[in-house]
Amino acid sequence: MTEPILRVENIHKAYGPTEVLRGVSVDVRPGEVVVIIGPSGTGKSTLLRCVNQLTPPDQGRVWLKDVELTDKRTDINKARERIGMVFQDFNLFTHLTALQNVMLGLTKVKRMKPTAARAKAVMELEKVGLADKADLYPAELSGGQKQRAAIARSLAMDPEVMLFDEPTSALDPELIGEVLEVMQDLAAEGMTMLVVSHEMGFAREVADRIIFLENGVIADEGPPEQFFTNPKNPRTREFLWKLTELYGNHGEKGSRRSGRRGR
Amino acid sequence: MAVTLAGLMAIDIVGELEFIWRILPELGKGLVTTLELTALALTAGLVLAVPTAVVRTYTRGPLNWLFTAYVEVFRGTPLLVQLFVVYYGLPEMGIVFDRFFSAWAALTLNSAAYQSEYIRGAIMSVSEGQLTAARSLGMRPLQAFRWVVLPQALRLALPAWSNEVAYMVKYVSVVYMIALPELFTRGAMIRSRTFKVWSPMISVAVIYLGVVIGITRVMDYVEKRLRIPGLESGHGGREY
Repeated sequence: MTEPILRVENIHKAYGPTEVLRGVSVDVRPGEVVVIIGPSGTGKSTLLRCVNQLTPPDQGRVWLKDVELTDKRTDINKARERIGMVFQDFNLFTHLTALQNVMLGLTKVKRMKPTAARAKAVMELEKVGLADKADLYPAELSGGQKQRAAIARSLAMDPEVMLFDEPTSALDPELIGEVLEVMQDLAAEGMTMLVVSHEMGFAREVADRIIFLENGVIADEGPPEQFFTNPKNPRTREFLWKLTELYGNHGEKGSRRSGRRGR
Repeated sequence: MAVTLAGLMAIDIVGELEFIWRILPELGKGLVTTLELTALALTAGLVLAVPTAVVRTYTRGPLNWLFTAYVEVFRGTPLLVQLFVVYYGLPEMGIVFDRFFSAWAALTLNSAAYQSEYIRGAIMSVSEGQLTAARSLGMRPLQAFRWVVLPQALRLALPAWSNEVAYMVKYVSVVYMIALPELFTRGAMIRSRTFKVWSPMISVAVIYLGVVIGITRVMDYVEKRLRIPGLESGHGGREY
């Protein structure tokens, strides 16, 4: 088995008296897609933010290959270039066009020349199917287009790992598919992904492993087949049942593209 | 009533117009001084206002207290008092500035306090997620502020800032109290020299009015040019 690219070890995080994470460990190997599910308020987003230190954990360690991100001496900005992050609310830069959104990290962080940055940004937008929207501002894009532009912005930095924090939760149902497709293509290309999502169709088709986080600990974990058919923890079954109740099965439409997943 | 009517009848319109024509060059010089002081105080004020707003928004502790005290003092005391302290007070401590510099310093410090509040409000209305996204790309805090938060905040602050420009043109007239010959001072000097009130004062008022209307038009145009969908003030850029 290959060495993990991302190692999350025994993360604890509390907000005041509330312990959100109580010792969570996750290893992600190169090219692996790990989907984290769980009830709201259970620390899924906090866990992702602990990975790239947007929220420094109280305890525990995070490694990206041989760089310890939780080490105070690590240049965290350098490390963040290697970790893409996609947010529930997109967080596209409001004052910049889609193209400029993708270019900003390239020119300011990677210090690329504007012409080179532009060429790369155009390429990334083409990849997510937004080449024709390059000059529109975020307010002029649909939710799905915004999220695809945000993915392009992250991908432009050539990250080694991508974190997705409920990327489709703020979208109207009919716009979820286009974002999931982009993510599915990304997985097929071999991108290492850590995804917080409630899209069970996506999890079933794309995930190599599913983690069920509850009350700040990993309650269950396994490959999708086992996870969906024969969960180790009875709480998993209960939660999956509730998810179907709440969200229905629209996430399942990702399955029609399952044939494209070759890795 | 009869007296007033008689007074009105006695006005020599042609004579007054000739008089206004003669004092225009002098008022023009005053206007130049007014505009110089306005422009200098506004730009220097903006330069001070941005770091003041940043310190007050992002820091805690002594530095924050210091800048907060500055803003409160300069917003909470009359501009005239500030001007007198600089022009008459500081020389007693051996610090002597000429009239123009004193006026500029007082106006700048006063304006910066107000401008910093506009900018602080605008910074706070830029959503937290903008900064988070910038940091997640690997931007350092100052880079994220410079390239993501500031451009949005300045646009959001622009309408309030436009008002500040129009106010400042008129506020500058307090320098009359230290006899600095800007527009109003010139008008007042003409009045005391010629014992005429109406013609100089109406001329001064009309010039101010014209300038303020002109500035308002220009600022409206600038606002329109810089407008970005989803970033109108009032929306606060919160949506995206």
